Amino acid sequence: MRRTLAVLAIGFSLSALNARADEFTKADTDRYQKEYLNVVADGRALWTSGTLGTNGVACGQCHPNAANTHPETYPKFQKQLGKVAQLFEMVNWCVRNPLEGKPLAADDPKMTAIISYVNQERRGVKLAPGTH
Amino acid sequence: MSKLITRRSVMAAGAAGAVGTLTTLPISMVRLAFGGTRDDFTFTYISDAHIQQIKGASFVRNWDMGLKRAVAEANLIQPESDFVMFGGDLAQLGKKDELDHGGEILSHLSSKLHCVMGEHDYYFDLGEYWSKLYGPQYYSFDHKGVHFVVLNSILTFDEWTFRRWPTAEQRMQEMAGLDNPNSSPFMVGEKQRNWLREDLAKISHETPIVVFSHSPLQKIYKGWNFWTDDAEEVQALLQPFNSVNVIYGHVHQIQYNQIGNISFNSVMATAWPWPYPQSYAQAESHLPVLTVPMNRGDPFFERDATGWQLIDVNSGRVAARYQLWDNEPRTVAFDHKQGRPVDLAFQEPTNRRLPQSHY
Ligand code: HEC
Ligand SMILES: [Fe+2]
Ligand SMILES: [Fe+2]
Repeated sequence: MRRTLAVLAIGFSLSALNARADEFTKADTDRYQKEYLNVVADGRALWTSGTLGTNGVACGQCHPNAANTHPETYPKFQKQLGKVAQLFEMVNWCVRNPLEGKPLAADDPKMTAIISYVNQERRGVKLAPGTH
Repeated sequence: MSKLITRRSVMAAGAAGAVGTLTTLPISMVRLAFGGTRDDFTFTYISDAHIQQIKGASFVRNWDMGLKRAVAEANLIQPESDFVMFGGDLAQLGKKDELDHGGEILSHLSSKLHCVMGEHDYYFDLGEYWSKLYGPQYYSFDHKGVHFVVLNSILTFDEWTFRRWPTAEQRMQEMAGLDNPNSSPFMVGEKQRNWLREDLAKISHETPIVVFSHSPLQKIYKGWNFWTDDAEEVQALLQPFNSVNVIYGHVHQIQYNQIGNISFNSVMATAWPWPYPQSYAQAESHLPVLTVPMNRGDPFFERDATGWQLIDVNSGRVAARYQLWDNEPRTVAFDHKQGRPVDLAFQEPTNRRLPQSHY
């Protein structure tokens, strides 16, 4: 309760300064982009790493530039998983099988990095959820 | 034996009542007529095994299974092929242990073996141990009226090879990443081109020529080294001959093309398939328009979109029969009327299935 009041107080004081919630500067967007691209770079490093799994195999051995991962089609029905699956579930499928590794949690920073890299290499392709 | 039979082939064999047969194997070879005195013959082509050491005596099971299966099946075909080509990338990181382990599997082949150098065999010790096992890196031989040439097409600039990297391991790692921007374009180089010119000077222009290289002797997509930098110069040496065929590995997928007198056929990997370069959204590729692409691989079937091939040159031109595990076999053969290779079943757009754009 005390916390809510404090937040409200900050909110009031900011609006008193005439700030708007959606206001950001070029410096802000540059920083957001940089943060994102840093995570993409982490993702690329994991993608080409022989230590993500246990057998030394890397995602990049079969998916150069993350090709054939089709992030634009997720979520989609995966016959072999028997349900509508998210991209992270297919990532984990490949972690467990060709890499003989342990699946990552959906919000594991490594998973975020991998998914960022996959999407970055696929940028510009139209979203086509549910298709194959 | 039963270990080699896949679920799909067991079901198909069961349905046909022919229990225990490998349904992907052709029962007998198709014989094509060719004028002259040559005997018909077939050779086997196995490529891109990428034997990968994990530690000590343990190796990646998936890649081992691909090579073992190809060798076992190649030994079963009737009539036996005259020889076996291994198309390069026997090892993943060029290590002695990997070349020995792969060599041990290949040693079970019953026919004579010829080998092509791949970049994964080369960039650790610059082909030294490979050459101890398999001999010269470029050579030619004649067999039943056909002149066969083997090139080492995966060389690159001296500066990159000899001066850029602090260790041999790093040099190998940099070249091993297909999409690695630090790698370097493949080339045959002047020394081998001069050798090739002399080698071909003794050969009549009527003699069918088959050239084996690891990288395509044509330019498809530089970003993944589906590429040979001096491809045009090599092609110019080959163009005067009436029937020239280039067979290459490295691309882990079916490709074929015709440039002037030269027909190009790629072969499959036993280890894993690669996406076609046009599936990479950020770059342009030049996949030959003649190629009817493979289905996308199904990761739920470990051996899908890998395999090996039976090849004949009985018409003076290559007919390649792709033995595709967990998938329908395909045959790509030269069509003498059209003057280019075609897929015998799927070339006509009306004959194509709805491409499997998913698994
Ligand atoms: C042995 C080769 C191999 C390795 C290694 C591999 N994959 Fe895959 N993966 C495949 C194949 C083949 C497909 C199917 C491609 C297609 O749909 O065209 C696939 C599909 C996928 C898909 C779904 C594609 C779609 O269209 O729905 C994702 C996501 C994926 N892989 C992520 C990964 C990640 C992440 C790694 C590393 C942890 C990895 N893969 C390692 C072979 C591999
Ligand atoms: Fe290869
Ligand atoms: Fe290669």
